[in-house]
Amino acid sequence: MNVYLDHNATTPLDERVLEAMLPHLRNQFGNAASRHAPGRTARAAIDAAREQVAALVGAHPGQVVFTAGGTEADNMALKGLSACRPGRLLYSAIEHPAVLETAEAMSVASATIAVDGQGRVDLADLDRQLAAGDVAVVAVMVANNETGAIQPVTEVADRVRAAGALLHVDGVQGAGKLVMRYPDTGAHTLAVSSHKIHGPKGVGALVLDKRVDIRPLLHGGGHESGLRGGTENTAAIVGFGAAAELAEAERAARADHTARLRDRLQAGLAAALPEAVVFAGDVARLPNTLQFAVPGFDGESLLMALDQFGFAVSSGSACASGSGEPSHVLLAMGVDPVVARGAIRVSLGKDNTEEEIDRFLSVLPSVARSQSMPGLNPAVMGG
Amino acid sequence: MSRAGIYLDNAASSPVDPRVVEVMVDALARHGANPTAAHDPGERAADAVARAREPVAAAIGAAPDDLIWTSGASEANNLAIQGVAAAFGRQPGHMITLSTEHPAVLGPMAALEARGWSITRLPVDANGLCEPETLAAALRPDTRLVSVMQVNNETGVCQDLAAIGEALRAHPAAFHVDAAQGAGKLPLDVEVIGADLVSLSAHKLHGPKGIGALYVRRRPAPHLAAVWHGGGQERGLRPGTPATHQILGMGKAYALAADHAPAESRRIAALRDRLWQRLAALGDVVRNGGPDRVAPGLLNVSVGGVHADALHYACAVGEPALAVSRGSACAAGSAASSYVLRAMGREPALAAASLRLSLGRFTSAADVDTAGRAIAAHIERLRAMAPMDTPADAVVA
Repeated sequence: MNVYLDHNATTPLDERVLEAMLPHLRNQFGNAASRHAPGRTARAAIDAAREQVAALVGAHPGQVVFTAGGTEADNMALKGLSACRPGRLLYSAIEHPAVLETAEAMSVASATIAVDGQGRVDLADLDRQLAAGDVAVVAVMVANNETGAIQPVTEVADRVRAAGALLHVDGVQGAGKLVMRYPDTGAHTLAVSSHKIHGPKGVGALVLDKRVDIRPLLHGGGHESGLRGGTENTAAIVGFGAAAELAEAERAARADHTARLRDRLQAGLAAALPEAVVFAGDVARLPNTLQFAVPGFDGESLLMALDQFGFAVSSGSACASGSGEPSHVLLAMGVDPVVARGAIRVSLGKDNTEEEIDRFLSVLPSVARSQSMPGLNPAVMGG
Repeated sequence: MSRAGIYLDNAASSPVDPRVVEVMVDALARHGANPTAAHDPGERAADAVARAREPVAAAIGAAPDDLIWTSGASEANNLAIQGVAAAFGRQPGHMITLSTEHPAVLGPMAALEARGWSITRLPVDANGLCEPETLAAALRPDTRLVSVMQVNNETGVCQDLAAIGEALRAHPAAFHVDAAQGAGKLPLDVEVIGADLVSLSAHKLHGPKGIGALYVRRRPAPHLAAVWHGGGQERGLRPGTPATHQILGMGKAYALAADHAPAESRRIAALRDRLWQRLAALGDVVRNGGPDRVAPGLLNVSVGGVHADALHYACAVGEPALAVSRGSACAAGSAASSYVLRAMGREPALAAASLRLSLGRFTSAADVDTAGRAIAAHIERLRAMAPMDTPADAVVA
């Protein structure tokens, strides 16, 4: 029996979302740009989904631009804003690769904003860098995908706006888990993703204030008010809308449920493996996320051993898995690279159960210790 | 469709084959994991994604690993054009394309032009074709990319890609082909035409929307840099969590197309010809695109003596409702006449009074006969109501 504990990487599709998508895969196949009846049907479905996604983040439907995912939304924001506003780019050292690697690849001058030992953006460092002047765009995430540490976004926004710069917020991990209202974040642009909230992969959105100049990333065809070319992916957009509505309606219940399981896991971990280090444990975190390390053990090996017992966890970001490099997030927090290499991220979802957590806790200590005992057969140990 | 009607707009988007839907629903239910995750569910999703490459690559004579998954042909076109530009960094160069290309090619090129790149948009002849010699003559030492579509989305005109590829062979410019309308339906071999980059779509081939691919030649590799960043997926050229169900749907759509071709193409071409004969019998109906060079599923006609808007309205609200288009769905919101037809020398009024009828796998002979009768009746009725010696100039006002 497999236990899925990697919801920050992606989430299983909600059956209710699939139901909403099916008509748009089966019978409703029009191109939303067409003026005939099948086209208008697709357009109406997309408009409805736009309202649902807008409601999830407290935005106006006209502020939602659908993209192929969170990564595209992050790319569009950073490159699109920078193209219209000359100046430096600042981004926190713990951003997702979609922001980090984009910033590094851009030709504009950029610098990272430091974080504290709990993985939160260091506002004093931000102040110093803004004071140096010539900052055009700043990027900070709502909550970190590895540690779950919630970032002081409104404090960042006040400072960025006072400096006359633009703020992009990667809200991919916050959507559906936290109360994340676009107008309250103070962000100029906000990226969200469907597949992190039990919606389909391949769709996301950039929420933006249309008074801010932004250059499109995808040209051609005039879709999405000219901001994103390409035939709209109706079925996925409808799925995103349905997932957004469910996430908003069930947000508090999901948060309570996963927080309870997470706290149970953390307490059990402390009891079973007292030497385990919990990251960002002293600050507000996403309710579903627990990242820890067992000193002396390699996270990748631990992950693979847990996988053999049917537990799907991550060592950090799925995108960097297999690289063998310690997490850039943990290194930025000042974690010893040796300890960082032992990191395991458990990210829970609405369908996880107490029984699954208890089973995980019953297996974890022996699996962790087996890592120093080569040759031990996990099947035997599993019992 | 929401009510009984006949769908003749397969070039805008085509119904998803039920067998593709089946694969997608199964993938949505079973392959939920992130294909880049290191655990077992992630690896199973990654295996499924890898297998889906095979039929898509086979459709263009490529190897599975030559493909980069994108969110559609528009993104593939943008990646090809912007990616070549990015590889040349801050040194703007020159690109060549046709004046009849899709907005997803013309759009990114216009954006490059605004940044100092030089863009040549070649004319086409009355049949919509570009002479390879014309193209060869436009080459410059700093030409970095030549982009020519396989099948025009409005007229169905097929360029002679083998001859164009031959004309480019001695030049280092990358050769990009937008094959969104033709791949999987018509033969295309990247080795025969010498293409370096090819854009592919799924939803024009009874696959899902929101997925496409860019073929990127490995040896010799074109100068191409990533346009989006973050995560390192797809040879570092296209980041983002792969949309497993979409990819599997595209794989199935291409596998089915291979099973059906070329018999399906012959059937569709015969239906298309039947539809053309029905309309041609009315008189003062002109076919756009040289008939011997048009893809099987497309029929583009200009109708004299009727107001274009009235004809389209009649098709939309008549019984049965006909889903047809004026040209590209992407330009559907604009009242301007087709730039593709104007580039072929059609006067603006005739270019505006055009109907694009596009057939697909699920178009039946009865559909074509019923639609042909209905369109003919609309044209005759409109001509009787408002006789016009020449096509309405008011259309383009």
